[in-house]
Amino acid sequence: MFETAADLVPKDRLEAGALPVRVGAGTRHGRESSKVTGKNGQVALAETTVWMLAVRDQRDKAAFGRLFDHFAPRLKGMLCRNGMASAQAEDIVQDVMLTVWRKAQMFDPGRAQVSAWIYQIARNRQIDVLRRERRPMPEELKPVESTEEDAAQILALEQETEALRAALKRLKPAQREMVERAYLGELTHAEIRAETGLPLGTIKSRIRLGLERLRHELKGTDGQ
Amino acid sequence: MTSITHHIPEELLIAYASGNLAPAFALAVATHVSMCDECRARLGAHEELGGALLEDQAAQAVSGDLKTRLFDALDAPVVSEKTYARSGIFPAPVMEALGGLPPKWTSLGLGVRQMILSHDRSGSARLLYIPGGMGVPDHGHNGLELTLVLQGAFRDETGRYGVGDLEVATGDLEHEPVAEEGPACICLAATDAALRFRSFLPRLLQPIFRI
Repeated sequence: MFETAADLVPKDRLEAGALPVRVGAGTRHGRESSKVTGKNGQVALAETTVWMLAVRDQRDKAAFGRLFDHFAPRLKGMLCRNGMASAQAEDIVQDVMLTVWRKAQMFDPGRAQVSAWIYQIARNRQIDVLRRERRPMPEELKPVESTEEDAAQILALEQETEALRAALKRLKPAQREMVERAYLGELTHAEIRAETGLPLGTIKSRIRLGLERLRHELKGTDGQ
Repeated sequence: MTSITHHIPEELLIAYASGNLAPAFALAVATHVSMCDECRARLGAHEELGGALLEDQAAQAVSGDLKTRLFDALDAPVVSEKTYARSGIFPAPVMEALGGLPPKWTSLGLGVRQMILSHDRSGSARLLYIPGGMGVPDHGHNGLELTLVLQGAFRDETGRYGVGDLEVATGDLEHEPVAEEGPACICLAATDAALRFRSFLPRLLQPIFRI
């Protein structure tokens, strides 16, 4: 499933992400700006990415407020679609956003979009609260004190996610409903038919590249 | 890592990403992802899809004071959560299930040992220790069984499974895994129903060993 990806992402989009650009200068935590510059001038990242990097690198509360304004109502909508009461949903929204603030240093825009990162935190928190159990989580990869982040990687992931969102909009209503029930609802693995026709293959390849970059940098760090 | 050939099926990865997988299976998935960059990237892709749906989700207004309450909490001291690190052959999720301690094995006879990590109505997770060359008693299951190799290797009717490989056995598979000669095979096994042993004696022992 999902291997039709390459067909759905126009080739020029993929190549547009390969611009020789770099994020900011300086170390991750001491960075003054999350602006992305390159030979071809300023390149714009998605607003949510810019806000999240400001939270991560400068502990910027104004940017955090914007993230809250953007995501809190969507998170509440996601929680309430399964019948959760408003007050409990808001408690979870608060916990999720608090985790976003506290674990900001784990955010790696080369491996995940802000929305995906928050989605994962929210699903975890939902399980913690509803089932009173912790979902087993994969080992976390150590964040690296990176001197340069690969903006080409970040932009390419953003572009592929854009293509994914466009593909989502093209789904037939019944197919869209099935996808929403699988990812936002409570379908079991036995109920999930593993065929959505969504372009996840290229995103997987892009995240894989981000992982390789991270492993490479970690190796360098270990050697010092 | 490159030698892993048996990965997580798509529907299990989606159910894990969305939080709809029973804890015993979620442990097996989280452990495999800890060992396999391919599946870590695939899981990331599913989370991107979840994130895209979250972006599209119809907004529902939050109470006026929620943001104030949240901002009041930002600078509060944080009680750090206990975290577990990989130890030897056991990735972090297994160490968490072990509470940070080495496994306490129970003998099942003939050198085969197990340790139950969790057991409830939704299923059970255990570590299995099978000496090189030994077989696990011939069994089938009523539901789904995931077996992840942490050390050594085993073979059964469906193929060879080495470190990091995940075997997915459904209810209709009667299989007889045999550990390869050499170091003991240590596996993480997750089931959603009791195993059905075909021989008489193990069936009597099932209530005792909860297998």
